[in-house]
Amino acid sequence: MYTDKVMEHFKNPKNMGEIPNADGVGTVGNPVCGDLMTIYIKVKDNRLEDIKFKTFGCGAAIATSSMITELARGKTLEEAMKISRGDVADNLGGLPPIKMHCSNLAADGLHAAIQDYLKKKGANK
Amino acid sequence: MMRRVYMDHAAGKPVDQRVLEAMNPFFSEQCGNPSSLHSWGNNARKAMEDARAKIVSLVGAKRAEEVFFTSGGTESNNLAIKGVAYRNKDKGNHIVTTAIEHMSVMNPCKALMKEGFDVTFVPVDKYGTVDVPSLVKAITDKTTLVSVMYANGEMGTIQPIREIGDITHRKHAFLHVDAVAAVGQIPINVENENIDLMSISSNDMYGPRGVGALYVKTGTRIQPIIQGGGQERGLRSGTENIPSIVGMGKAAEIAQTETKVEANRLTLLRDRLINGLTENIASSFLNGHPTQRLPNNASVRFSYIEGESLILSLDMLGVACSSGSACTSKTLEPSHVLLAIGLRHEEAHGSLLFTLGKQNTEEDVDYVVKALPDIVKRLRAISPLTPKELRP
Repeated sequence: MYTDKVMEHFKNPKNMGEIPNADGVGTVGNPVCGDLMTIYIKVKDNRLEDIKFKTFGCGAAIATSSMITELARGKTLEEAMKISRGDVADNLGGLPPIKMHCSNLAADGLHAAIQDYLKKKGANK
Repeated sequence: MMRRVYMDHAAGKPVDQRVLEAMNPFFSEQCGNPSSLHSWGNNARKAMEDARAKIVSLVGAKRAEEVFFTSGGTESNNLAIKGVAYRNKDKGNHIVTTAIEHMSVMNPCKALMKEGFDVTFVPVDKYGTVDVPSLVKAITDKTTLVSVMYANGEMGTIQPIREIGDITHRKHAFLHVDAVAAVGQIPINVENENIDLMSISSNDMYGPRGVGALYVKTGTRIQPIIQGGGQERGLRSGTENIPSIVGMGKAAEIAQTETKVEANRLTLLRDRLINGLTENIASSFLNGHPTQRLPNNASVRFSYIEGESLILSLDMLGVACSSGSACTSKTLEPSHVLLAIGLRHEEAHGSLLFTLGKQNTEEDVDYVVKALPDIVKRLRAISPLTPKELRP
């Protein structure tokens, strides 16, 4: 059902964990639906210096979380905002159609974390 | 080599070698159609009636004419529900069933609702046992059919069928029992348990897939849902699937002699598995009834994590099982059965279903009991829902 790439990220997820004093935190999904994802980011000079995740969910949910951290790390905020659900799925060699809309939340989680950062930054000005 | 442990027998069982051998001649040499008059036809007919007699004997039916072959449990359930509902429309348009039935009972009932029938879904308690007072209250003068499963395949709970049959008959309705998960696992006698119609599947007793039967007690008013050449005394048209019917007969014969011993053996393995998991893993719980449950069914839920991740992780270690999680279903809904026993969605998502079978050993159980704690620990480390005290 899943590609080798998905299974690889499921088995050995990259950047799993929390960032205690994160600059931005984004949580998307809902445990009722079976998927909940939190993305933590650390920003330096407008770039994602560090990114970590925690996820409750299926194989696809965990693999997409891991992949988004790989794709986003080191990117500028503008570049990171442009990473889409499709990019995440493509980099995993594709996802089963039924998982595309329910478990492929990682891009939304990243965008939510960046927005959280921008909001906090705005409030501090 | 990695150990391979198959504990998904509710999803599919291996065909018994003796069954395969019995079926073999009927694919080629014995190609006759039981409707034909020549000797090939006679042989096929004889083989089919021999198989029927074995099923009659297994379920304690009184007569051969009470067992009808179908294409499996789903068709048997459809035939029982629609066949009785349509045939008894002159008496009433009400059906009573439960909140935990298999989709092949649920969905025919919902289809009938669209046609103007009324259906009452009786709730179950936290162990998954049908609430008998609610059932009594649900049955009215317009009720023609009560359909309650013998045992639930997803959480193992066995229902008080004899009592439910009693209540149903006092109100002059027919009792249909979906016994797909139970026949061949535990002894069932249709006469003693007040059953009017009972669905049976072949694969669930180690026979081939694609064949099943419906027991219909003499005097039960039912009509066909498939029209054609009038086979199975007009109730189920279509050329009989002789190799599979022969296989199902052999499976029934084996079940009749071996079920009791095997049920005792599986009950010990089941409880070893349930205790091994719930005692070694924090925040893990048994789903369903602790004792009134199928001998092969261990349904256990693990808080804060999701079932598909558990299945994938176990699969990497050679273990096969199922889950009540939405992520493993075609509908993206968590199991209606687990929701009916009062679990929250996220609890249903974290459920695993192990169904044991003939090949499973104590070593298999111990392998799973040893493997699962680390898997749960790893997934809980990844999950944002895990409370602090359970984090590594």
